[in-house]
Amino acid sequence: MHRVAIVGGGTGGTVLANRLADELRSEIEAGKVEVRLITADPNHVYKPTFLYVPFGKKTVDDAKRPIEELVDRRVTLTIDEVVDVDTDRNRLSLADRTTRLHYDQLVLATGANLEPEAVPGLAEGGHHFYGPDGAERLRDELADFTEGHLVLSVVGVPHMCPAAPVEFPLMVDDWLRERGRREDVEITYTYPINRAHGLESVADWATDLFEERDIAVETFFNVDEVDPDAELIQTVEGDELEYDLLVAIPPHRGSDLVIDAGLGEDGWVDVDRHTLEATEAEDVYAIGDVADVPTSKAGSVAHYEAGAVADRIASRARGETPTATYDGKTVCFLEAGMDEATFIEFTYGEEPYVREPSKPIHWAKLGYNESYWLTARGLL
Amino acid sequence: MTDTDDPDVTIDSKDASCPGPLMALIGKVKTLDAGTVVELQTTARNSTTDVPEWLEEAGHELLEIEERDEYWSIYLEVN
Repeated sequence: MHRVAIVGGGTGGTVLANRLADELRSEIEAGKVEVRLITADPNHVYKPTFLYVPFGKKTVDDAKRPIEELVDRRVTLTIDEVVDVDTDRNRLSLADRTTRLHYDQLVLATGANLEPEAVPGLAEGGHHFYGPDGAERLRDELADFTEGHLVLSVVGVPHMCPAAPVEFPLMVDDWLRERGRREDVEITYTYPINRAHGLESVADWATDLFEERDIAVETFFNVDEVDPDAELIQTVEGDELEYDLLVAIPPHRGSDLVIDAGLGEDGWVDVDRHTLEATEAEDVYAIGDVADVPTSKAGSVAHYEAGAVADRIASRARGETPTATYDGKTVCFLEAGMDEATFIEFTYGEEPYVREPSKPIHWAKLGYNESYWLTARGLL
Repeated sequence: MTDTDDPDVTIDSKDASCPGPLMALIGKVKTLDAGTVVELQTTARNSTTDVPEWLEEAGHELLEIEERDEYWSIYLEVN
């Protein structure tokens, strides 16, 4: 029996499990291959939904579905936490520490974790929309926010969905205008480097739009500390900025599992960017946010990586030489307000072209959000 | 021996695309004492302009930028 273990039930892990169930259908049914998906959360969560929660357009329940409804019946689903990866013995330990699972090929798809406490005062002083509780708290805060200074600050890089920090100020600008409150709210966007976004074309596009919509931009702005009582941000560069409502993109971290297994110093797995094979161990792959590759931590990346890794794993399970590779393909929608959007598409080393925002692209984005569950099933 | 021959801290950001190397540097510098000499290794050409700009903004000292066969070494001293 050739055993494939996938740790993590987000986009990467779920798409991969379903693709493998399809590609290795006959081998699984013949008992020659096992595809096991291990995830601590019985729900699959589609995180991009949270961007719409503060504006009352979605609820946190819209973001989740039981994972057992999404995975192919040929996949062995284990709802449990993996607490140790032993790459010398090719085995995993589960939370009870006595259950061990052997693998022939392992894929880590454990995602990224929020770490607001890495910056003093941020957890107390700032809001975010990167998780269910944060998105709901921000929704309640925004509903009562009628005047003052709203600051959207990108505190941590890398972070999930690099488009979202740019989208939020554009959406909140539009949302406040619709409610006749925009004139009483000042909006500032901050970014750590010397332009408004890591991708130059997105930075140029956003800077023009921000200027058009009276959104101030502060660059070279690295938050050192937040004083929740004084409602003040202090930066590494020695600047200060007062806020009334702080929406932050918090620092992210990888996984302790990765550090403990010696697969990557910072919790992100060191991998070959094309094969997604771990550089520090044999028979181990990483996909999605936990893989340290030079592109965005975005669902589309996890999706395309899962396709390449499914082909590589299936080839090896059949005793063939894997040839499939991931070229860095990334696709991101960018909301430019409450009813228009654009999208970008690029591969490793490519600078994306940003199209003019339009209503049809916004509706395509909302349509994709609804059909996402087909993506998770490996169908789209 | 000059400071740049024997840096106190080396950050390997080779293969990370912009702004990865600069962000790695900023994250590390926040944890270091004044006087620490850092070598940032990067393959992103933008780093050779972005990093000096940030160092000036944040008040740290650029010591040297050395072009090697496949990457750049940017040396700086934390102030």
